[in-house]
Amino acid sequence: MSWNDTEPMVSIKDVYKSFGTLEVLKGVSLDVMKGEVICIIGPSGSGKSTLIRCINGLNDIQAGSILVEGQEVNDPELDKLELRKKVGMVFQQYNLFPHKTALENVMMAPIRVLKHDKEIAKKAAVDLLRKVGLEDKEKAYPGEMSGGQQQRVAIARSLAMNPDVILFDEVTAALDPETVNEVLLTIKRLAEDGMTCILVTHEMGFAREVADHIYFTDGGLIVEHGNPKKFFENAKDPRTKEFLSQIL
Amino acid sequence: MKYQTYKTDLPVMMPYKPVEIENFGSSIKFWYLVPILALILGTSAIAQSGSDIRLGTMQTLMRWMPLLLQGFIFNVLISVMAMAIGTGLGAALGIGQLSHNRLVRSSSWLLTQFFRNAPWLVLLFFAMFLLPFEVNIFGIIVPLPDWVKATIGLALPVMANVSEIIRGAVLSLPSGQWEAAESLAYSRRQTLWLIILPQCLKRMLPPWMNLYAILTMATVLASIVGVSEVMTLTGEALAAEGGRPDLLAPFYAFVLLIFFVYCYPIAQLTVRLERKFSVIN
Repeated sequence: MSWNDTEPMVSIKDVYKSFGTLEVLKGVSLDVMKGEVICIIGPSGSGKSTLIRCINGLNDIQAGSILVEGQEVNDPELDKLELRKKVGMVFQQYNLFPHKTALENVMMAPIRVLKHDKEIAKKAAVDLLRKVGLEDKEKAYPGEMSGGQQQRVAIARSLAMNPDVILFDEVTAALDPETVNEVLLTIKRLAEDGMTCILVTHEMGFAREVADHIYFTDGGLIVEHGNPKKFFENAKDPRTKEFLSQIL
Repeated sequence: MKYQTYKTDLPVMMPYKPVEIENFGSSIKFWYLVPILALILGTSAIAQSGSDIRLGTMQTLMRWMPLLLQGFIFNVLISVMAMAIGTGLGAALGIGQLSHNRLVRSSSWLLTQFFRNAPWLVLLFFAMFLLPFEVNIFGIIVPLPDWVKATIGLALPVMANVSEIIRGAVLSLPSGQWEAAESLAYSRRQTLWLIILPQCLKRMLPPWMNLYAILTMATVLASIVGVSEVMTLTGEALAAEGGRPDLLAPFYAFVLLIFFVYCYPIAQLTVRLERKFSVIN
């Protein structure tokens, strides 16, 4: 099946997901075009994180379809490793490998997984660390860095795989307030470079500034969506209005 | 009444003193030997008070000491070999317990549980009486002396315990490490060998050393099946001295002393490593 970039890069259709008897996603659909930045917002427990974890196959789904570049993620025949080379992910808790330096964290996967030449991968990793503003932290271990710095290394690590889309799972939620901005700025630059980004976030100001499209989830459903201006100024659904009034 | 100074042992009230984690090997103190030496001298002095023309207790002990120490070296040899075999097999079993293959996982689990919940002495007898006295490997006859069989018998529970140490260490890592590795398209095998196990080594070292100390002390079980290790030799030495009751306490106190001198530093080092790693993590 061939895919071209006039079709959605990620296409989620009527997805159902439950953990045991707990239904977390009850028929969610959304499309993401190449180069788009979308933000998924909503109260805790509304299934936001679960949804994006389904996109790279960290969670499986019970019904529906998720297509990434035309490939069905839920297909048991699918080579998940091939999928994950295309879909990067950044986590709330950074999840850097604590026994490796920042540079090693970034260059390891290209060398081991993509089988890139060691010197080329190292050079690329140095460039990426510079891009996220951490050129002086190459030799630092994760435990020696602040949360914001670790998260930027995690973003560089994900970028090193040269993915087509990156998933951001509440990446600023665990950070100290003063380091949130450095991470958001990094993501913003990525978005400006044309990277396709899917973010789960609580940073409303950021979502408004950067997102092309905002989805609001509640109770496992997408309640409302639209471009930021329309979403923040003209929310129709009472649940969205209530949520926004609490947050803003 | 003066309230200016507080005497307390609440840690928060104490002046800050950084934990020294460098050079911990050099600072192990040997003051603990004093009471044990006193025990040996004391028991021999008491025993000696009734003696006549025979050699004094201490002199007798000194005469047998080289032999007993040789026996102890044998204990150490058995413990090191059993640890090596047990660690090798246990590592395989522990990784087997984490396999996604159901058959591999459940058989590794069963073997681990079986040997972990068996008395060591029974396993020793099991090895002694079920292993042949020689094996034929590709036409070469390899004899299996008793001490080799005992080593294998002791390696079995070590294997099971190492298997559990590995499984426990792997499961104690945050699941985020697995998820991050998966998201970077590492295969399961790569994740285990490049990401998970290297981080586990530090966590596994203290319980592994602990297990070694326990194993060393368990090597005396081999005396029951007739291996000439320190306990067997002590018994033989006492018999050769005509079963003098005044020798019993000093001789066995001496055996206790050797084990203490060998095992206590290991235990201390284990505690220090545990503390060091808990500071880092």
